Amino acid sequence: MSIRTPLRPLARILDARNKGENPDAIERENLRLRHEDMRDKSRQRAEGRLLVLGLCFTVAFGTIGARMGFMANAEPAEPRSAAIGTPILAQRADIVDRNGRVLATNLITNALYAQPMQMIDPEHCADELVKIFPDLNRDRLIKDFTGTRKFLWIKKKLSPEQMQAVHDIGDPGLLFGPREMRLYPNGKLAAHILGGASFGREGVASAEVIGVAGVERAFDDYLRDPANADQPLQLSIDLTAQSTAREVLAGGMAIMGAKGATSILMDLHSGEVVSMVSLPDFDPNNRPRPLTAGHAADSPLFNRAVQGVYELGSTFKIFAAAQAMELGVAGPDTLIDTQPPFRWGKFSIGEFDGHSYGPTATLTKVIEVSSNVGTAHVAQMIGVERQQEFLKSLGFFEATPVELIEASTGKPLLPKNWSELSTLTISYGHGLSASPLHLATAYSSLLNGGTRVAPTLIKHSGPVEVGPRVVSQEVSALSRMMLRRVVTEGTASFGDVKGYSVAGKTGTADKPKENGGGYYDDKVIATFASVFPSNDPKYVLIVTLDEPQIMGAGQLRRTAGWTAVPVAAEIIHRVAPLLGLRPDIESASLDGVTLSASN
Amino acid sequence: MTEMVYGAIPKRDGEPVLPRWWRTIDKWSLSCILLLFGVGILLGLAASPPLAEKNGLPTFYYIQRQAFFGVMALIAMIATTMMDPKMVRRLAVVGFAITFVALLLLPFIGTDFGKGAVRWFSFGFASVQPSEFLKPAFVVVSAWLMSASQDLDGPPGKLYSFALALIIVMLLAMQPDFGQAALILFSWAVMYFVAGAPLTLLVSLAVGVVMFGTVAYNNSEHFARRIDGFLSAEVDPRTQIGYATNAIQEGGFFGVGVGEGQVKWSLPDAHTDFIIAVAAEEYGLVLVLAIIALYGTIVVRSLSRLMRERDPFIRLAGTGLACAFGVQAMINMGVAVRLLPAKGMTLPFVSYGGSSVIASGIAVGMLLAFTRNRPQGEIGDILIRRGR
Repeated sequence: MSIRTPLRPLARILDARNKGENPDAIERENLRLRHEDMRDKSRQRAEGRLLVLGLCFTVAFGTIGARMGFMANAEPAEPRSAAIGTPILAQRADIVDRNGRVLATNLITNALYAQPMQMIDPEHCADELVKIFPDLNRDRLIKDFTGTRKFLWIKKKLSPEQMQAVHDIGDPGLLFGPREMRLYPNGKLAAHILGGASFGREGVASAEVIGVAGVERAFDDYLRDPANADQPLQLSIDLTAQSTAREVLAGGMAIMGAKGATSILMDLHSGEVVSMVSLPDFDPNNRPRPLTAGHAADSPLFNRAVQGVYELGSTFKIFAAAQAMELGVAGPDTLIDTQPPFRWGKFSIGEFDGHSYGPTATLTKVIEVSSNVGTAHVAQMIGVERQQEFLKSLGFFEATPVELIEASTGKPLLPKNWSELSTLTISYGHGLSASPLHLATAYSSLLNGGTRVAPTLIKHSGPVEVGPRVVSQEVSALSRMMLRRVVTEGTASFGDVKGYSVAGKTGTADKPKENGGGYYDDKVIATFASVFPSNDPKYVLIVTLDEPQIMGAGQLRRTAGWTAVPVAAEIIHRVAPLLGLRPDIESASLDGVTLSASN
Repeated sequence: MTEMVYGAIPKRDGEPVLPRWWRTIDKWSLSCILLLFGVGILLGLAASPPLAEKNGLPTFYYIQRQAFFGVMALIAMIATTMMDPKMVRRLAVVGFAITFVALLLLPFIGTDFGKGAVRWFSFGFASVQPSEFLKPAFVVVSAWLMSASQDLDGPPGKLYSFALALIIVMLLAMQPDFGQAALILFSWAVMYFVAGAPLTLLVSLAVGVVMFGTVAYNNSEHFARRIDGFLSAEVDPRTQIGYATNAIQEGGFFGVGVGEGQVKWSLPDAHTDFIIAVAAEEYGLVLVLAIIALYGTIVVRSLSRLMRERDPFIRLAGTGLACAFGVQAMINMGVAVRLLPAKGMTLPFVSYGGSSVIASGIAVGMLLAFTRNRPQGEIGDILIRRGR
């Protein structure tokens, strides 16, 4: 049509002209037809496009409806009137001791927050809140309530009484957010082990509880996993032993005027820590703020047992003796040169308080009387490299692998330049700083029959895996015999607990001055590292006192024999029965053997 | 003569007005509009007492006003639907001239009611927002221009109407009122689309927008942050949007109950821009979906009736009015569900507002007037074609 249209009218117009008609009418008709045709096309196009528009609108309205549906289905972020009863489930797993007694659990509590927009009488609210919570500042509250803020937290945890009191204010702008808090029912007991928890992300309906220290932090992922909610984390700690040890240690610390103290009780076959106390301690329910200035060790948060590295003094001597026996360079009865002073270059090594134990003594005697000179001679026989190797095998070269987040900070301090002189001083416990937990691990490994243990806070479920051997069975037994002699004959005579055949070694180390340059002569770290019962070893106990002193036999005493040993003895006296150890009333046969052997 | 005596029907020129109106009107859309009006009163009962309380007025002050203006709007709407398209066009052209002048005068004698944008004329007992009335008038005038351009040797109406749209958009942007400006531009675009915008233009426009968006997102940190913030699931519960979101979640499927809602106390715009949040909180998803269905029905039904329309002017004007109406509702609800960034836009017939509801009434009245059944000349067409 579009091709033919222009042709025909012309013919018609010519025709019309010939007939004398007016051609304009044909022209108009032609125009009308073309117009009609154009309109048809545009109508068809419009029809399609209107359909598209209609579909677009349907889809768009559908999207809005669907979105509304999803949102209506979602949990509201801030429950106000409707959803007060939203349940909060116990989510963080409990922590229990080795017998299932609760160390950490959850408690439902409420946080207090305000929506000042809904508040009726801000001044009254502030007045009443200050009455309930004296630590709040009234002016600050009024400023917050009357300002532009629409939301603010007032208290993170409320007791039921406090909550009721706030309820009684009766202002709709004061609201409660239900949540769980972590509760440590035993308070300060095991504070350093548990660490503590705090709130992470906080919402009105619930808040996230996250571990901030100790096992709470080290096992945070396990404890937060909802799958473990019914499976409490079982520690190797024994709550009664922990409580007793803490009580005795606190008493000893007070009597001796020490500024700090720590004790570790370890199962020497498995490496399980049965009790670990560090004083001063804190309440994990209300963790103090970390110190921002000064020395970290001055904060009660500081875990002396794990983070504190000290020169542990003569407790190290047994390592030299054991290694000498293991290597065959000396036996228990080998005579060692003990003539002071021992000169090495321009340095000289003497005995405590200028004593002298004669020109020679047996190796057993060297340990018994704690002779620095004798031990140094033994170390010289061993040599630098073999000593390093041995101490490394006992775990003194790296931080303890115990499951505390703080453990990695307790790295031993080794001499930068390990000369023969270092070897000599380290043999009697100077020049190498390690944590009491290092010492407990090393004593356990050495005295349990000679296999390496790894310290752990988690209760073993299966049989104990035997670690790599560090010394032979015989050397381990001989070492115990020597340590037993220290208690029966030597420096730790206050440590003899009847029926438990305690063996151990004292260590009294002068504290190095903080700013370097020598040692204090009136401040010591006194340590007693013990094992009991010595004939059938079960536990290792380390007691360390920081700057103890006591009047004994008419003079001021600081040595471990007068300070750490009696405390340790009291702990063993009370804890051993709790752990189910039967006192050996008959004199142990091993005692007789050692006596006859040494005579 | 006998016929005159024996019961001859007196000849009447056409059908009476009301029956014809009832026969030809789109009854579905009309019912939807009346329902929306009812919903508006219902939600006004929920949303406006807090406002009245805040302003120290009797509790139902705003409802009474809403009902009064609503009745006015209904009368205006019915009156408009009764006009024939030519009358509507004349009304719109006159109205356009008046409102356009009013818009020009705004900066000199308008007020801003302390909201920072000069959009209103205050008459003491009521205020009028000229742009609300300008919108339908503009749509009709543009449709007239565009349809005129479809005549052979007609004026370049598309160009004229585009120039008109640009001038109005500029005036609105100066107030500033970007929401209305966008709506004007959108209605013009929809009419241009239906009037036969070239496909190449549409495709190149779409490509251009996508490319600009990508480039801006990748190169402008500010722009990217805005988009990310809008897309993120997290929402600050202390913003208007946060309250609205929360209200919708609180409401769930069946709502917290009549009068139990809280969001109306926290949201300053609960009775206008966020009325849908009030609906969602008190009556739940059920009412919200019903409201969406009402708007959807009006728009889709009007468009489908316009598909049959042969007169290009009526088709374009109807399309523009229906789309402007639908998009305004969509933007309002899209903001509340965070599909769109916040923009002050009322929900037609449901939101509180005197001049807004009357303007909506007139606009919808025009739309209904355009979608009335009328002879479409199909038989004439067939006869013409036969004739050839």
